[in-house]
Amino acid sequence: MSPAEFLQWLKTPGLNHFLILSALLFSLGIYAILSRRNAIMVLMGIELILNAANINFIAFSRYSTGTLDGQIVAIFVIILAAAEVAIALAIVLNIYQTFNTVNVDEINQLKD
Amino acid sequence: MDLFSVIFYVFAVITLGAAGIVVFSRNIVHSAFALLFAFFGVAGIYVLLMADFLAITQLMIYVGGILVLLIFGVMLTQRQIAVDIKTGTIQTIPALIIVSALAGTLVGMFWVTVWRTSGIPPVEPTASKIGELLLTTYLLPFEVASVVLLVALIGAAMIARREKKA
Repeated sequence: MSPAEFLQWLKTPGLNHFLILSALLFSLGIYAILSRRNAIMVLMGIELILNAANINFIAFSRYSTGTLDGQIVAIFVIILAAAEVAIALAIVLNIYQTFNTVNVDEINQLKD
Repeated sequence: MDLFSVIFYVFAVITLGAAGIVVFSRNIVHSAFALLFAFFGVAGIYVLLMADFLAITQLMIYVGGILVLLIFGVMLTQRQIAVDIKTGTIQTIPALIIVSALAGTLVGMFWVTVWRTSGIPPVEPTASKIGELLLTTYLLPFEVASVVLLVALIGAAMIARREKKA
């Protein structure tokens, strides 16, 4: 791809641009999950990943055959994200009461 | 450069920059507030993709609900005595290697693939169409999702309030 073609590509955002944006967001989320010690930071990484997936669903929905199926799936993803974060925070609070820390590398027992 | 591409790049930079702060900031409170801007940026991207109902949903549920829950989590799980709310990182180098490989693969894949897009104009406004679909084609998943949400919230309240046996 020559520089002129690349500039032209940059100037006309299409499906590929949205997909690349979501891929970068997904990678940042994976990095948070892999490298942060705090359990809540891991949760934030998961939220970033779910948002990246939603961007994909909606982008394909927009550029496909004029149906709303992708947006419906994105709504279900948002609903499940809300349920997931509520449960996960309840578990994190319990872990904090039991171990007095939320660092995922220090929590290595199932019973107290 | 038309308005569409300008808005796209503005929201893309907001989203990725805020997500970068979320991931790389040492201070967990900074991360939580940067997440706010990341969610706002994603909502802008939804508007750009003609998903107006989803953009509003994103603002209400992610910014209004999930983010507040996360900030509660941050506040409730920091040690009261030690004032610093810095959080450490582990295995940074392997994580960076894995993530760059992953990002390179995904971006390269999306870059070279020629997607077949239909030139059909988007559905708008979407709210009434989504409502119809939720009560016809997607009625069962919709009801199941509502039950799942109810059970999950009751379960979360039960787990969080459980008294520790002495």
